[in-house]
This record gives sequence, C-alpha cells and structure tokens, in this order.
Amino acid sequence: MTVLEVVIRTVAVLAAFLVLPLLVGQTEHKVMAHMQGRLGPMYAGGFHGWAQLVADGVKFVQKEDVVPVAADRWVFRLAPGVALVPYLVAMSVIPLAPNLVGADVDAGALFVVALAGIGILGTLMAGWSSANKYSLLGAMRSAAQLLSYELPIVLSVASVALAAGTLSLSGIVREWSWWWLVWQLPGAVVFLVAALAELQRPPFDMPVADSEIVFGPYTEYTGLRFAFFLLSEYAGIVLMSLLFAVLFLGGWRGPWADSVGWLWTLLKGFAIAVLIVWLRVAWPRLREDQLQRLAWIWLVPIAIAQLALTGVGVVLIG
Amino acid sequence: MSAQRRGARPGDRPGLPGLLKGLATTARTLSRPTHTAEYPDTKPALPPRSRGVIALTEENCTSCMLCARECPDWCIYIDSHKETLPATTEGGRERQRNVLDRFAIDFSLCMYCGICIEVCPFDALHWSPEFEYAEIDIRDLLHEKDRLGQWMQTVPPPPALDPRSADPAEVAAANRPPRAGGLRERPAPRSARAAKTAAAEAPSATAAQEEAES
Repeated sequence: MTVLEVVIRTVAVLAAFLVLPLLVGQTEHKVMAHMQGRLGPMYAGGFHGWAQLVADGVKFVQKEDVVPVAADRWVFRLAPGVALVPYLVAMSVIPLAPNLVGADVDAGALFVVALAGIGILGTLMAGWSSANKYSLLGAMRSAAQLLSYELPIVLSVASVALAAGTLSLSGIVREWSWWWLVWQLPGAVVFLVAALAELQRPPFDMPVADSEIVFGPYTEYTGLRFAFFLLSEYAGIVLMSLLFAVLFLGGWRGPWADSVGWLWTLLKGFAIAVLIVWLRVAWPRLREDQLQRLAWIWLVPIAIAQLALTGVGVVLIG
Repeated sequence: MSAQRRGARPGDRPGLPGLLKGLATTARTLSRPTHTAEYPDTKPALPPRSRGVIALTEENCTSCMLCARECPDWCIYIDSHKETLPATTEGGRERQRNVLDRFAIDFSLCMYCGICIEVCPFDALHWSPEFEYAEIDIRDLLHEKDRLGQWMQTVPPPPALDPRSADPAEVAAANRPPRAGGLRERPAPRSARAAKTAAAEAPSATAAQEEAES
C-alpha cells in the first residue's frame, strides 16, 4: 500500500464520515416532520431545505466556545473528540463492496464493537468534567446503559461471527446466505435494540433526555464542540446501520452485486437508519429501571439463546 | 411487568400491540399530506366574515358618535364640527351639518367585538379580513381615517342570502302588490277642497243633522 493510496483511502473515509451523517440527519428532519404531519425545513438551500444541516453547521461555527469556570478544562475540551474519532476510525473497516473498504481488518467485527464502546467514553468524560449535576446524572445513566448493553451487542455479533466462522466483516458477508435472515433473526433484533441503547437514541435516550436533565452530558457545551457531539450521534447511526446491514442483511449481496454491490450495502444501511428514525418518532422514552430490566431479563438471555442456536446450527451443518 | 402496566387505561392492551400501533400511526401520517400552512408564501384561506380589521367609509359617517359611545374599551376617537350651509333657494333657511375631522381606531385597545359595526346606523364601518398590519411600536396601531378608508377596498361583498330566505326589506317593499282597487282609486286625502265639495254635495244631510241635534 503506497502513501498515495493511504491518503486517498483516508480522504474517502473522511468524506463518507462527513456526508453520510448529514444525509441521515436530513432524512431524520424530513421523515420525522412528515410522520408528525409537518413539512420540516423548507427554506435553507432553496429546494425543500436540503442545506439545513449545512446552515446549522455554519451557525455552530459562529457561536462562542464557552468552558465553565468550574469545569475540568482538558477533559471538557477533549470529550467531543473522544466521542467523534472512534466512529470515524470504525467507519474505515466497514466494507461497502468486496474490494471497497477503507482498511480490510481481519477481526473487523471485534474492532468495530470495541471502538463503538469507546465512543460512550466521550459522553462520560463530558458529563464528569462539566461540573453540572444534570451532566453528571446523564453521565451516570450513560455508564449504566453502556454496562448493560455492551453485552447483548457482543453476544449477537459473536453469534454471526460463529455462524460465518470468521471475525472479518468481508468474510461474514461472503459466508452469508439468505436463510440466515431467519436463523439469526433473534440476534438481529437484540443487536438493533442494543445498538439503539448504545447510540442513546429514543426510546433509550435517558442519558440526554432533554425534558428531564436538559440534554445531560451536553448541557454545558456550545458551538462547534456541541456540534461534534451531534455529529457523533449521527455518525453512530450510520456506523450501526451499516454494521447491521453487513452482519445480518448480507451487505453487498443482491441483484447485480458485482457492479452495484456498494449501493446495496448503502441502501440496506439507509433502510435501517430510517427504521431508527421511525422508532424515535413512534415510541416514548423508557425509564432508567425499565431499560435495565429490558437488557438483563430479555436481551441477554435471548442473545445467549441465539448463540446456543447458532452453535447447534454450525455443528449440524458442519 | 405489572409495574409497567400500572398507568394503562382499562381498555388498552399494553405492551407490543401498543408499540405496533404507534408505528402504524406514524407511518400512516407519513403517507398523508401534511397540515402545514406555508403562511408567508401562500395566503391563508380565511372563513367568510373574518374579523381582520375595521374599515371606514368616511362619506357615510355622520359623526353621530354611537360607535364611540358603545365601544367597550373606548378605542374610537371622533372629532367633528358643525358647518352652516347657505340656503339653496332664495328666502330659504340655512342648514347645518356635521363634518368629520378625525376618526381613529386604536387597534392596540380594540378587542374586535364588532359592536361599533353593529350599531352604526349608516353602514360606515365594515369588517375587513385584512390582518397583516402589525407594527413594531404599539403606538403605531392607532390608525386614522385615511388608513381606515384604505381598508374599504378589502371589504368583501356581503354574503348572498340563503336560497329560500325572505327578501330584504327594501326589495320586499318595492315588490309588494298594490292594494285591492289600485293606487289611483284610493280615497283622496282629506284636503280643504275635498271637505268643501263634500259639504256642497250633501247640504240636506248636514241640515238634517242640525235638526236632530236641536
């Protein structure tokens, strides 16, 4: 791999990292609005408000960057970066097509799950360093959520990896066949629910619950740093949607996969992103104890049962 | 699970059906037209008889002050003076009439009750559906008669009568059929000449009456 190739791949991943979250964000604006009988942004950019998020970005850049006096300055300033960068790095190992991937890592599934866990650390740092009780409450909720939902995610990813016999994301898609849709269905549901919780998306948005604890860890943030947190949320949606498409929906597989395989991955991921938006519109927020209950009574046992089912299946087939 | 269901109403089925119902409702709303009125771009379709602003036909106003006196919050200001008109015929009498100097409505006080319009005996005041007259300063909401007069152009024609309703009073009076026998054969008004001829025609009757009285 030459230096030029590395540069091109990096720039491509960075471009995808900057464009895809905006695409999901704009979709959320419009889909949520129409699900509520509204129109959503209509002015920015001229045509149906397509440039709304660009305008938002410009607005955030112009705002003053305030750091509270009592804040732990270095941690406070570092937190948005810690929240954002892991998703950027994780994005580089998601394969869009057999040869279209930022960096083909052997243990890609493990790599992505580990990095997604680091992303939560940014929220924790923000909550701790803000010197604000709402932020601290949000950080504690976030930590509790991380503890209970990492396990179901890891177990459901392990189930797919076990079925494919590899931890490589490209390898999993190569081994995938359509009946995995049924075979891995419980694991897929568990993964989706746990991914929602890890992304702190409704109905699991207690850490940032704006009506309860004023956006939790992000209360004290302004300007570009706040925008980075928002960007990391949408980058997380993109990452989890693409990961779901690769693990459970067969990635680039589909008609004319040789030529437009990357489009299939993106379309499947986009469908999952729309589903995530849809759940936000339709469902109310859970309480913190309900979330823990759901995780430990339902998701973990189902994920373990799925792992057992996959093991039996692999032994029977093999 | 029972703890989660405590808030549910008796008819509701808790749990999964409710969640699916939420998804179905939002999806149905997504597939239907939105309710958003894009106001500055498209004008709202106002109902007939909208109470937007009060318009004034200055020519109809006789400065009778009824509107100003009936106004519950005293937001109408009227100034007028009397003018003497010279007699139109030689030896005739001079006439006086009211001339309107100032007619103003303070829309920062007006509560849009419409009583002034109801009480105006000469149809000088009208509802206009125009509503875009907001001001930065509240004192600029005191509108004088020239501004009130401009709004007359926006006053819609009165709504048509219902198909089977009675005719308006003026039309009904004009269309009333003549009385039996016709107008011409009505008994003539009792003028001095008529009385004289009546006395000449029946002198005997008068004489007989006088005799009876004596």
